[in-house]
Amino acid sequence: MSPSLSGREIGHAFGDTVALDGLEFSVDAGQVLAVVGPSGCGKSTLLELICGLGDPDTGTIEVAGKTGAVNRLEGCAYMPQTDCLLPWYSAIDNAGLALRNKGRSKAEARRAAAELFTRLGLNGFEQSRPDELSGGMRQRVAFLRTLLSGKGVLLLDEPFAALDAITRAEVQEWLKGVLREERRTIVLVTHDVEEALYLGDRVAVMSPRPGRFLETIESPSAAEASRLETVTTVEFTARRQQVMTLLGAGGLAPLGGS
Amino acid sequence: MKTVGRWLPPILLIVALFALWQVAAASGFMADQLNLEEFLVPSPSQIFDVLWQDRGLIAENARVTLIEIVAGFFVALVIGLLAAALLSTSDLIRRTSYPVIVASQTIPIIVIAPVLVVWFGYGIGPKLAIIALICFFPITVNTLDGLRSVDRDSVKMMRTLYASRLQIFRRIEIPTAMPYAFSGAKIAVAVAVIGAVFGEWAGSEKGLGHLMLQDNAQLMTDRLFASVFVLSAIAIALFALIGLLERRVLRWR
Repeated sequence: MSPSLSGREIGHAFGDTVALDGLEFSVDAGQVLAVVGPSGCGKSTLLELICGLGDPDTGTIEVAGKTGAVNRLEGCAYMPQTDCLLPWYSAIDNAGLALRNKGRSKAEARRAAAELFTRLGLNGFEQSRPDELSGGMRQRVAFLRTLLSGKGVLLLDEPFAALDAITRAEVQEWLKGVLREERRTIVLVTHDVEEALYLGDRVAVMSPRPGRFLETIESPSAAEASRLETVTTVEFTARRQQVMTLLGAGGLAPLGGS
Repeated sequence: MKTVGRWLPPILLIVALFALWQVAAASGFMADQLNLEEFLVPSPSQIFDVLWQDRGLIAENARVTLIEIVAGFFVALVIGLLAAALLSTSDLIRRTSYPVIVASQTIPIIVIAPVLVVWFGYGIGPKLAIIALICFFPITVNTLDGLRSVDRDSVKMMRTLYASRLQIFRRIEIPTAMPYAFSGAKIAVAVAVIGAVFGEWAGSEKGLGHLMLQDNAQLMTDRLFASVFVLSAIAIALFALIGLLERRVLRWR
């Protein structure tokens, strides 16, 4: 059900600043592509272009076989860097926003969201106001909001950047579990190499501006083992080394990636 | 206990100011200093006496003024909110209209009020026009600031979650602008009282402003102050009412 994604020869500029140049990518249905790169390399721009909030100056982006911005907007849900929970709605009403926008009644949206809250371990927080939730909780609710759109393609822009290391590890493990249950095609932008290798099926390393993909690396196959076990294997450490080297070769010191 | 704690300081301040005034006026100190007859410098107790004796007359005029204030405020609220919504839709509209809106506030009310009376007569019309003219401005400016402070990432997020332009307006822009609109409304309601008095001064047969003019001409300074007290009470009450409404509506704050 999740569609595939691809982009060819993508170029985009803001005035004289070339953000993206000759960028190519493809993501198979139900796969997670993690994108790492130095700050300001155009990662966020790429996500906004993929989900149809704008059109690239050159090149084409295809979502489920369609290239128009309107079609892409139909098929993609976007989760920005900040959680963007609306303080005037409860957690459950924030999560159900997409359904409300589609014209479903408040009760219907709540029922659908409540089911997911329970299944994904958020029960008890339905009626909480966003400012009553911890940072990790807010990100989970924001992710549910994205998931409840029912869209096949999710674009996540550094979703856990604002969290402390311990909470981030927890939420990553939670998300990994959720994605096992709810297969979606995902592009995850992050500056945390470990997060990229842990959550992504593949990791695309981006060059400094103008951004393009230097190389795409397969993540080590993660068995059902815990996050801690996964990220401390010899293979994982070797891949991390490889990504870090690529980031360093791009001309800038790598960011994040503890 | 908490409510008492909140209200006690302002009440104490008002009581203290009145006490100071009472002593200064009743002792003849103020009249001496101003070199005036004592009846021209009434003490609070004399003012409250007149307020009680002429309560019927004052209440009747206060009712007229209150209606003008409330009606004028609502006209300003509707115009102010609609103008803010319209101005927020496009940069071109905003940049084009803003100078005119600011210019509207430079019109001296004292000068324009008599003209409005000539145009619209002695009824409530000119009062509404004057109140609306001075009250829509804080509402429009504040609400527009609110609408423009909307979080851009939230709007992008909503667009990818099927939101139409109208749904973004309803679910993000209006709630974001609401606290700003309330601030504007609170400023507006306080100046509405002044607008009503100016309107009545320019030409009217009833109202506290009208009564004040008469009392001033007849040197009935105590009753003039009584009208001022009532006007202040109206302004404070309306301000508090909007504050109450604000707390009930903006529960997330």
